[in-house]
Amino acid sequence: MDKFTELTAIAAPMPTENIDTDQIIPARFLKTIQRTGLGRNAFAAQRYDADGNEKPDFVLNQEPYRHAEILITYDNLGCGSSREHAPWALLDFGIRCVIAPSFADIFFNNCFKNGILPIRLPREICDELMDDARQGANSRLTVDLERQVIVRPNGETIAFDVDPFRRHMLLEGLDDIGQTMAHDAEITSFEHRPSRAWVPSITIGTVK
Amino acid sequence: MPVTTSPRTLFDKIWDDHVVERLEDGTCILYIDRHLVHEVTSPQAFEGLRMSGRRVRRPDATVAVADHNVPTSDRSKPIEEPQSRLQIETLEKNVAEFGVPYFPLRSTSQGIVHVVGPEQGISLPGMTIVCGDSHTSTHGALGSLAFGIGTSEVEHVLATQTILQKPAKNMRVSVEGKVGPGVTAKDIMLAIIGRIGTAGGTGHVIEFAGSAIRDLDMAGRMTLCNMSIEAGARAGLVAPDETTFAYVKGRPFAPKGEAFEQACDYWRSLASDDGAYFDTEVTLAAEEIIPSVTWGTSPQDVLPIDGSVPSPSDEPDPARAAQIQRALDYMGLEAGQKIAGTPVDVVFIGSCTNSRLEDLRAAADVVRGRHVAEGVRAMIVPGSGLVKHAAEAEGLDKVFLDAGFEWREAGCSMCLGMNPDRLTPGQRCASTSNRNFEGRQGPDGRTHLCSPAMAAAAAVTGRLCDVRELVKETV
Ligand code: SF4
Repeated sequence: MDKFTELTAIAAPMPTENIDTDQIIPARFLKTIQRTGLGRNAFAAQRYDADGNEKPDFVLNQEPYRHAEILITYDNLGCGSSREHAPWALLDFGIRCVIAPSFADIFFNNCFKNGILPIRLPREICDELMDDARQGANSRLTVDLERQVIVRPNGETIAFDVDPFRRHMLLEGLDDIGQTMAHDAEITSFEHRPSRAWVPSITIGTVK
Repeated sequence: MPVTTSPRTLFDKIWDDHVVERLEDGTCILYIDRHLVHEVTSPQAFEGLRMSGRRVRRPDATVAVADHNVPTSDRSKPIEEPQSRLQIETLEKNVAEFGVPYFPLRSTSQGIVHVVGPEQGISLPGMTIVCGDSHTSTHGALGSLAFGIGTSEVEHVLATQTILQKPAKNMRVSVEGKVGPGVTAKDIMLAIIGRIGTAGGTGHVIEFAGSAIRDLDMAGRMTLCNMSIEAGARAGLVAPDETTFAYVKGRPFAPKGEAFEQACDYWRSLASDDGAYFDTEVTLAAEEIIPSVTWGTSPQDVLPIDGSVPSPSDEPDPARAAQIQRALDYMGLEAGQKIAGTPVDVVFIGSCTNSRLEDLRAAADVVRGRHVAEGVRAMIVPGSGLVKHAAEAEGLDKVFLDAGFEWREAGCSMCLGMNPDRLTPGQRCASTSNRNFEGRQGPDGRTHLCSPAMAAAAAVTGRLCDVRELVKETV
């Protein structure tokens, strides 16, 4: 996973609530067995017409937002399906940071695991950032994870919270699995607790 | 194990019994008893294992089945869409390589993962259960902690049999009283989502309680827990009781004999203690719930069937008003119109929400002696091969086929339109599935969520209508 330390980039405004993961990447594009290549179809229904031509009124089809690396939305971003294809599609499009007043739980988690920083900020602040994002070529924000601040185009800074464990993993570009495997002894001893004796095993020949 | 004296909730107890270790910042390494795997969210996870030379830690706690992307037509032919075929072949290759038990596509046991797990006794009360699918919450009906995870977490569970998580908050939704005739678990759940909204449960695990919930059979409880995610919750739970034990007993992978009795004793101890603390409590009166449908493009856009579609002009918040307008435009509805009487093109009875034998019986009760309305395409997609067989043994297939329904093979089908079962642009569908998002059942398709009985009523009348009026005629 790529590290996330500091990002200065165009922010795209998407002033909508409940942007679900079916919108971010529709189901018909989930047939891939890879993580990459989904960016072309991110937001496909809003981005392209029936013939596959770009719809000019969709924000990510406009300059400079085609190069956006930050997305600003309203409440409950990423609700619905747990598909990690949603953050993969965003990442493949170039998005590294998503900002919203609230997120759906699974999507929030999935972002961290792919080097995308999700930031929760109150609606009023999202409104201000939304205004910044509407300024076209001047819609550049700096997101500094080390200092936990966003720098607005006018130089003002906005502090944000992030889970310390998640922050550490992003700053270092670490993956969870290696960390958990270091606790192998504890996991094994858990598996041998007598209170777990009732949990049946599923042997391979019995499943048909 | 921590010795706690304060009263605990069902969620707290299952959680505490699965904590391997609590890390400094409160994140827990949580042990997972069952990991269900399907073809769409697992290929990248297995690839990750392969690249780092890791194995599956507990193949005997893992089960795979293909469901999302499978054709629901004749299974004797090869799968036509090359990408779908590749995804299923990839799953078959992965389970063989990593030694994971697998229900093959042509087996009668194949079906939607959330139907198969409980039906086989793979999912049991008191367990932690995960799957790379948000509707894993379904299994919570058994009194297990079951939730959806992303593909990175699928890889994490495959490698370590654990997951990293912080405990959720507790929410209790109580539905008290008795529901009226024609009102099902689906209507109860739509009413709950209509009340708390699609973000109402965010960060919480919902325990469903109250006399109306106790009265539900297991299929109904699964419908309820299934849609917990539509209320934003991490998971839904119903405390295991005698209904649960009777359901579990004798299932192929459930404990047998004395082991079963011991397990029941443990499961009985899991119910929330009196005085346990819930961060959020919501209560609904069962008598007030009537058959419901959704009108818009979010599951919280719920209307009782005698209701009218909202008007943006009645909405003070401009962002919300714009969203209502957008939903109306997408759905092809007029502000303020009655929802009953809206003509439908397609009826879909299926999905992990409503494709169990009990659901098919409820639909058949409405359909018997009637015929699908002119111009309507109506399809039944049983949740598993076993459900299909059981329904056929009762003659339900005949009821549906005689009435002009399609009777298909098990899978997710039109719930998400990954396989060829899809709405065409502008088509309007009464659907027993769980999501009415834009494009969910096919690009520009229009979805009205409802119960199997309501969907059946729409099929035979050609319109969204109150099933109670049809059933009245027959009594
Ligand atoms: S039936 Fe629908 S909601 Fe259920 S697992 Fe399949 S695609 Fe997901």
